[in-house]
Order: sequence, then C-alpha cells, then structure tokens
Amino acid sequence: MNVPLLSLQGLTKAYPGVVANDTVSFDIGEGEVHALLGENGAGKSTLVKMIYGLVKPDSGQMLLKGQPYAPAEPRQARADGIAMVFQHFSLFDALNVSENIALGMENPPPMGDLASRIREVSETYGLPLDPFRTVGELSAGERQRVEIIRCLLQDPKLLIMDEPTSVLTPQEVDILFETLRKLQAEGTSILYISHKLEEIRALCDHATVLRLGKNVGECIPQDTSARDMAELMVGSTLHTPERADRDFGDIALDISGLSVPAPSAFGTALRNVHLTVRKGEVLGIGGVAGNGQDELLGVLSGETPTAADAVKLNGAPIGRLGPVARRRLGVLAAPEERLGHAAAPDMSLTENAMLTASVRQNLEKNGFLKWGEAENFAEQVIEAFDVRTPGPANAARSLSGGNLQKFVIGREVLQKPDVLVVNQPTWGVDASAAADIRQSLLDLAAGGCAVVCISQDLDELMEIADNFAALNEGRLSAPRPTKGLTVDEIGLMMGGAHGMEVAHV
Amino acid sequence: MIRLEKRPQPSQAWSLATPLVAVLATMIFGGLLFAILGKPPVEAIRTIFWEPLFGEFSFYYRPQLLVKGAPLVLIAIGLSLGFRAGVWNIGAEGQYIMGAIFGAGAGLAFYPMEAVYIFPIMVIAGAFGGWIWAMIPAVLRTRFGTNEILVSLMLVYVAEQFLASVSLGLLKNPEGFGFPGSRNLQSYPSAFNAELIEGSGMHWGVVAAFIAVIFAYVLLRKHMLGFHIRLTGEAPRAAKFAGVNPTRLVLFCLGTSGALAGLAGMFEVSGPAGQISIDFNVGYGFTAIIVAFLGRLHPVGIMLAGGLMALTYIGGEIAQSNLGLPAAAIQVFQGMLLFFLLALDLLTNFRIALRKPEAV
Repeated sequence: MNVPLLSLQGLTKAYPGVVANDTVSFDIGEGEVHALLGENGAGKSTLVKMIYGLVKPDSGQMLLKGQPYAPAEPRQARADGIAMVFQHFSLFDALNVSENIALGMENPPPMGDLASRIREVSETYGLPLDPFRTVGELSAGERQRVEIIRCLLQDPKLLIMDEPTSVLTPQEVDILFETLRKLQAEGTSILYISHKLEEIRALCDHATVLRLGKNVGECIPQDTSARDMAELMVGSTLHTPERADRDFGDIALDISGLSVPAPSAFGTALRNVHLTVRKGEVLGIGGVAGNGQDELLGVLSGETPTAADAVKLNGAPIGRLGPVARRRLGVLAAPEERLGHAAAPDMSLTENAMLTASVRQNLEKNGFLKWGEAENFAEQVIEAFDVRTPGPANAARSLSGGNLQKFVIGREVLQKPDVLVVNQPTWGVDASAAADIRQSLLDLAAGGCAVVCISQDLDELMEIADNFAALNEGRLSAPRPTKGLTVDEIGLMMGGAHGMEVAHV
Repeated sequence: MIRLEKRPQPSQAWSLATPLVAVLATMIFGGLLFAILGKPPVEAIRTIFWEPLFGEFSFYYRPQLLVKGAPLVLIAIGLSLGFRAGVWNIGAEGQYIMGAIFGAGAGLAFYPMEAVYIFPIMVIAGAFGGWIWAMIPAVLRTRFGTNEILVSLMLVYVAEQFLASVSLGLLKNPEGFGFPGSRNLQSYPSAFNAELIEGSGMHWGVVAAFIAVIFAYVLLRKHMLGFHIRLTGEAPRAAKFAGVNPTRLVLFCLGTSGALAGLAGMFEVSGPAGQISIDFNVGYGFTAIIVAFLGRLHPVGIMLAGGLMALTYIGGEIAQSNLGLPAAAIQVFQGMLLFFLLALDLLTNFRIALRKPEAV
C-alpha cells in the first residue's frame, strides 16, 4: 500500500471531565475493511464523528489521500467522499423511501429519476428496496438499507458503519457482508465499528482496538482469536457467567393465546403469543428490534392490560392487573428504555428506587412515603451492583448509560422477584458489568425465580437462557432448548432473511 | 461566542436564585420603562415595592396584601398540582366564578335565616361549583382525548356569561332597585366571610390558602399521590410503568384545582366583594397561572409569589394614583416579571459557557 486513503495522526478530543480520544493514530488503506473495536465509552463514536465532521478534534490531524483534511461539517465530509451509516436511523416514518433519501441530498434530482437510481443501486448491491414504500412500514433491516443506499448514491470512498448488525438477523448479516465485500472489491474503504468479534473476524482486514480513548493495539482479525481481541478491548481477563445445573419447578408464568393490537401506527401488534416459564428457568427471547419486544414487556409488566386469563401467574389469571398489583405478586420488570421508561431522568436515584420498589420494600405506609428507607434501598442497589455515582441524591440522567442500566436491573433483582422480565438487560453496559448482570439473573433463576430475558444480543441469550424463542412481527416462535441450537436455526426462528437477497457479485 | 451547556444535574442554587434575580431584573428594566415614560424610576419602583409595606398608609395596604394574595395562592396551589403532572388547567377564572355563584347561591337560598351551618354549606357549595366546572374538561379529556387547555379556557367565557345571567336574573337582589347584582352578603351575618381579626385582612380564605399550602407541601413531599403527580410530569412513560393510572390522575388534578379555585371565588364573594355582580371576577384565575410559575410550582414558592404579586398589584395602584403611571405600564411591568422568570429558568438546567468561536 502506498498512500493510505485516510490517515489519522494523534487525534485528541476532550470533553469536560473525560478525554474521549487521546492521541489516536491509524491508517485506513484504499479498499480496506478496517474494524474499530472497543467497549461502550471507549471513544469509537467520538472518533468517527471527527472523521465525519460532526466534532472537531482538539489536536492532531487527518490526511485524506495525503492532503490535510479537516471537515467543518458533515456536508464537507460527504463532498470529500466520506459517508456514514449511523446506528440510530435518521428517517421519517411518515415519508417514503425516496423522499427520505432526497431529504439527505444537496441537490436532489426529480423524484422519478431518483427512484430509478435507487432501484439501480439497490439491485447492483443486493439490497432490494421499493422507493415508494413508506418508511414506517419497513423492518429495521430494510431501514438500514435505506441508509446504506443513501450513502451509496454519493459514490463514497470511505463508508463508515456504526454497529450495523445490531438490528439484523444472522441471515441478514450474511447478506450485508456480501454487499460490503462487493463494495470493497470496487475499491471502497469501509470503517466498521462493532464489538461483535466474530463478525469482525469474518469481514475485516485490519482492526484497531480502542480502550478509554486510547489506541491499545492493532491486529489482523483473521489471525487473532476472539478471546484475545476481547481481552485487548477490556484490558483484563473476562470471566464467563457460571450456569449451575438446576431442576425446574412448576410453571410460574403462562401466556396463552395473547393478542394485543399495536399501540400506535408504527408499533407492533402481538399475535397469538404462547409461552410458559417454569420456576428456575431462564427463557431467552430473541428477535430483531421492533418486532414486539416493547409490547411484550408492557403486557408482562402490567402496563398493557389484557384479557384476564391470557396471562397467568402460578395458574391464577393476572392479565387485568396493573403494575402495582403485579409487583405485589412478585412479577417485576425492567424495560429497555432506561431514561423515561425504567427511570425518570430528572429525579434522584432515591426517587427512582421509590418508582418500582415501594410495594415490595415497604417504602410506603397508607400512601405516605418513607424516603429514608428508599434512600437505604437505593444505596443497597448502588453498592450491590457497583453503580458509579457520588450517591443516591444524584439525578438519574447524570449517570452514564451503563451505570443507570446496572441501577435499573439491580433495583428489580434486589426485590427478590418470583418472575423477572428484562428487556435488553446489558445494552450499553461494558463487558465486565454485563457479565455481572447476567450472573445476577442466573443466580435469581438458581433461587427459583422464573426469568424472561428479551434481548437482541444472541450471544447473551446463548449464554444464560435455558430455552430460546424468537419474536418476529409480533409472533413468538415455539421455545426450544438453547443447548444444541445452531446460528442458522436461530436465524430462521427470527424470521430468516426478511426477503433479502445476496448481492449479485 | 456564548453557548449553553446542559448541566448534568439541575442546579439547586440557581433554582432558588432565579426568582430573586428575575425580580431584580424586572426592577431595572421596569425602572428604565418608567424613565422613558418620564416618571422618576427609583421613586416608581419604591412606590410599588415599599409603599404598601412600610409607607404612610401601610396600615391600610398591609391587610390588602392578604386579601389580594389569598385567592391567588389558593388558586395557584391547585393549578400547580396539575401543571406538575402536565395537566394544563387554564380555566381557573371560570372555576373561580362558578365557585362564587354556587357559594353565594347556597347562602342566599337560606336568606334571611341565621344559622351557624350556613357558612360551611356555602364553603362546600363553592368548592363543588369549581370542581364540577373543572370536571367538564377533565371528563372530555379522559373520555374523548380533547385538549383541556382549550376546553377549560373556553369555559371561562361560558362562566362569565353565566355570571352575567345570574346577576341579572336568578340571584338579582329583589330589593336592589333593578340594579344588576345579588344581595350583599356582607350584610347577611350567617353568610358573611368577615375578618377574623379586625383590621388584619385575615378572613377564612386566607386561612384556607395557608392550609392549601401545607396540604400541597405534604402531598408532594410525603405522599404517593404527589410522587405520582411529579413522576407523570417528568416522565409519563415511567409513571405508567410505576403503576400510575393517568385517567385518575387527570381527574384528581383538574378536580382539585377546580375545587380550590371555586373556594377562592366563594371566599371572595362572601367577603371582600360581598355580592355577585357582572364584573365580579378581576382575573385572579389568570394571574394565578403566573403566580404558580413564579413560585416554581412549589407550595412555599407559590405562597411567596402570591404575596409578591399582590404587592405589585397594590403598589401598582398606588403608583397609578400618586405618580400618574398608566395602568398599561403596570401591566407591562408585571409581564416583565414573568418573562424574566421564565427566561432565567433556563439557568437551572443549563450553564452559560463563554468560548472562543472555533476556527473553521
């Protein structure tokens, strides 16, 4: 390789109280698929934001094909041939595909021309997409295709992809990889951000590992084991949660024939869901985001009332009971969205402890609140789950996502539930804390609690679940024992490839 | 370049300091306004803030502070509960009118009988009148999803028409020589909300306002219902997750604010105002919205804000008569107070950072 496409030299960016990037340097060659590895908070996002012109570095410089490159804004980065697919899509649900794409262009061509160009690009790269479909009706995988095609229409030299596979089924991942390989063959460089090591081993030529904002090592993924890369990322040896052999008790939670209409125009209806969880069992529920996970949690937590006998606890109907009555019976839940759903952002941790624990921890008497005891309970959660915060008087929003997640899970686990439902329990949590959270779920199960773990992280489900079922467009597949399930089988349970096809290389 | 940075936590210090800074800024810019109008600014500000409390005629004005402040506080306390939960009752003026009509009507129904139970019945009737008027937007919102802001506001105008109608018809004084307006309750001992201590301005409405402050404080600090009210305002989804029934909460918030506004109207009509008349209402229900926000929706803050607002009212009147300031200037002055308060409110959640513009 002669001159690299993009060369980063000593990039540093500090925010008040934290150095997000500390003299980070590496090169991306032409036609190279370069992985950027690191845990949450390692500084990956800040780094790519600097490349994309969203953030300006405090010091250091970038060279694009040997020329100094300092984009003032994303528009300039795009003009220089750098495109980015964000983890969170920026699409308007109510507009159709070509309208969404036109909104992101400097000089959009007439709609007809644009639609035919979208068709052309989508066929070339194996990303079938109808330009006139409304985005709100598309699956997460299809929305990602919209974002990718939006980028490809600019003929980028460097495509940045931020955690692109977190919303895809295994089959969809394979198809995406074919597309990326085709792009690579055409000379496009790709900067691929992920913490999923097997993917990186399958796809990438080169990997740079970030930890606490520093470049801590580079490797050739094909020649490095996933474990070695993980330890490079975490900086210490990982311990795997232990799963004790245990016998299951009676059926604790029983859902039969549950159907719930979609709560909003772009929500998902639950369709004829059946599931049973026995005491001591961990049921893992996989599936691509937006296939009914939130709605299922709402039904279990009591936020969405259903027919009385659609949901049964130890044989007794609880479908009509609200969240408070269910907590009294021992059915607890931890929703996915931490800020605004599981916790009130501007309230203190003490108040947030009161939010779900008042019933089971006896934090109220005749409606009057015992703040002192709530504070004690919040302190217990902070202590037991190693939540990093100056104290329980701090507002929930002042905690980092991972720390708040630990608090949210810990708050439910310490209430000794009989049935615990969690959605994305380790989302945004660093690897060692994630292991602790998983261990606490397994410990609960060992104590006879029935655990329902909804997650998009298949590795997590394989690690802790006894049985696995998948949500696909509001339908739940029949649960199967996790032991012996192959990735292909899981993918098919999750709905296969959602009608995608492999790139016509 | 000046930038706003979000604070990781709301600043406690600023949340207490902003009302004071807002009052100060209002004094400065209000003074400027008065100067432009050709009036002595320092004298005007002094007249507004000093004269009612410590001036020559303060023996008259001090009781007036309680008389004017009490309905404001009573109404604002009720409104603040709803505002905290995201329930926007803008129609307290209408509930105030209905409370007065119901209260006065209940009293006059007994005329000329004298009995100790008449006044308590009037209190209950007044609260009921405000409550039922607030239940209209509450039920429409919970059943049909209508916007309570519009409905409650529109009902103010309906209540005003109703007031005019009863002043001319149902409650018209039969011995009033054909003038509109009811009998004067001040001359009907069983129904008269008299001063509890002669010359103090302290009537039952003032007592009720203090009780409401304490009640709201305990509710918000110590009770599950108050916690749910705050939770609903700050994170509606989290509130639902915590088990709050949104319908019941809307009914409670609108009902309570309506009942308190009704009480305020009833105490006013049976005391300081004395009679139902076409121009009975003077905007307490709207001013109370300002008072609620000026007091940062906190019971103690509202009590202080009610006093401050009453002060600017009385002081404003003195300034009008002594210095010849136009009434509009006094209203602008009061508007400034709200403006600065809301603008400076920003500093609770944001800090101002001075930074060199970054090179492009």
